[in-house]
Amino acid sequence: MKPIPDGATRWRTWWVRSTEGVIELWIRVCGFSSVILVAAILFFIFREAFPVLRQPDFSMAEFLGSVEWYPTSVQRVRFGALGLMVGTAAVTGVSLLLSVPAGLGAAIFLSEFCQGRTREVLKVVIELLAAIPSVVWGFVGLTVMSRVLVWATPAAVGVNLLNGALILALMSLPVIVSLAEDALRAVPDAHREAAEALGATRWQLTWRVLLPGARRGILAAVLLGTGRAVGETMAVLMATGNAVNIPTSLFDPVRTLTANIAAELGEAPAGSDHYRVLFLTGVLLFGITLVINLLAERLVRGGAKSR
Amino acid sequence: MKIQADVGNPFRETPAGAHQRRFETGIRRALAMLTVLLILPLVAILGHLLIEAWPALRWSLLWESPRNGMKDGGLWPALVGTLYLVGLSLAAATPVGVAAAVYLHEYARDSWLNRVIQMAVINLAGVPSIVHALFGLGAFVYAARLGYSVLAASLTLAVMTLPVIITSTREALAAVPMSFREACWNVGATRWQTLRAVVLPNALPGILTGVILQVSRAAGETAPILFTGAVFYKSVQSGDIFAYRLDEQCMALAMHLYTLATQVPGVRPALPAATAITLLGVVVFVNAAAILVRTRTRSHRRW
Repeated sequence: MKPIPDGATRWRTWWVRSTEGVIELWIRVCGFSSVILVAAILFFIFREAFPVLRQPDFSMAEFLGSVEWYPTSVQRVRFGALGLMVGTAAVTGVSLLLSVPAGLGAAIFLSEFCQGRTREVLKVVIELLAAIPSVVWGFVGLTVMSRVLVWATPAAVGVNLLNGALILALMSLPVIVSLAEDALRAVPDAHREAAEALGATRWQLTWRVLLPGARRGILAAVLLGTGRAVGETMAVLMATGNAVNIPTSLFDPVRTLTANIAAELGEAPAGSDHYRVLFLTGVLLFGITLVINLLAERLVRGGAKSR
Repeated sequence: MKIQADVGNPFRETPAGAHQRRFETGIRRALAMLTVLLILPLVAILGHLLIEAWPALRWSLLWESPRNGMKDGGLWPALVGTLYLVGLSLAAATPVGVAAAVYLHEYARDSWLNRVIQMAVINLAGVPSIVHALFGLGAFVYAARLGYSVLAASLTLAVMTLPVIITSTREALAAVPMSFREACWNVGATRWQTLRAVVLPNALPGILTGVILQVSRAAGETAPILFTGAVFYKSVQSGDIFAYRLDEQCMALAMHLYTLATQVPGVRPALPAATAITLLGVVVFVNAAAILVRTRTRSHRRW
């Protein structure tokens, strides 16, 4: 038989139900926060950028195809972002050339060739490397690395493409190392054991079994490293020399999309064409990183499914 | 008899085997070299910064205000500003992030909606910091009419830290065994009661570690606050903890380093280096705290 609830119990039940209702509503709303925020980011940067697309003196062809970036010219204002895009591509590309082999090597060493204390220490060092703020990296590029480069290379100025790429490589290494190591460790132990039972050496095991098996994960690691390099702002702002041009050698100064926003947004009056074009480059950046992240996500998900 | 003598030691290494062994050692050495190459710059850079900063490193750096056009004095206003920004941004991001993770891990079923949310989390984490700055400028500074202020800058930082808090909290929730929840449901607890009494307390150390790690990330970010609330210089009394109002601009440590390194002419090189060391010190201290929480709770874990 069910006991008849008295007033206090009824009140308590009501209280528990209603507070739970409120809290669960909060949880559900927050669950969508990230979707809302991604949409909001897109909306707000588009909203600031959009009016310039309808300006008569702005042409999309010039924006995407010209290297003439003169946002404050008195005679004729020109917004050609090609130089910035090439700058971003060059710095990212060179940094990947440096960081991918080094990162993969370190990941293989960490996951297959060392254990115990060495491994622990190395992992902490990599975590530390990842924790260094980008402005500190930029400062290092500006002071230490630039002096090293002037001393070691024929470059006339120390802040250039190579400097930015080196700093970016050091910054994206921890991402690549830890994700690639995760991918290598995710290869089923049965595959490892089978290879070792056939008498494969460590390197044969790594080269023939683990690397092919972890292919997708490693590619995702490289992509996420690329995403980080493309989006990095302060370090490249301080280390690359900030001249808008298409680099012809490793020692030319360049300017990236991100650094350009950071360098010029402070001087662009709100609502001006210059300000809006900077937001347009922001939309471009958002698009690039969105594609990279979706690709990486697909790779990881597809890899998990096929196994 | 003669044949046996020819064979000799049957375990002797064949030429092919020796070649393979040498190759293997070579590979191992090469990989170790690569890894050392990774660590060497870290050590070299830290060492160089320390030497560079040595003449300016004094404890009074921490509580003095800058003097003489920022060419002298300490870092107090920047430190307080960073404290305000980090504190406010995490106060905003943590409740939302933890609730979002609870929704994703405890409430949502595996549907297309859940996948969309996960995609959004991943993409939000990948948005470049300067795009966050643009968003903060467009949304908080102008659209929400907060102006260039501590509040606008902290909210921008909060948006940036949110996805990472969601991810780390999800991992902490996933580490709580399912049987704990089932036991609690079986004695008649509702879903929220189970969460509050069992799941969240057990996941707390993991959640805390994730949040602490975000302290160091938020403290080091420059780009998102550059155009939303950080300012080059603001006159503040030495040691004044209530230096800023929420609707004012503030200084920040990371921004101060950028300013000293690029915008102030004639500053002696020791001062920005000392600022970099202070920033690194804050970051390393916070990270060490997070690692400590993690290892302590791992050894105290009851399951």
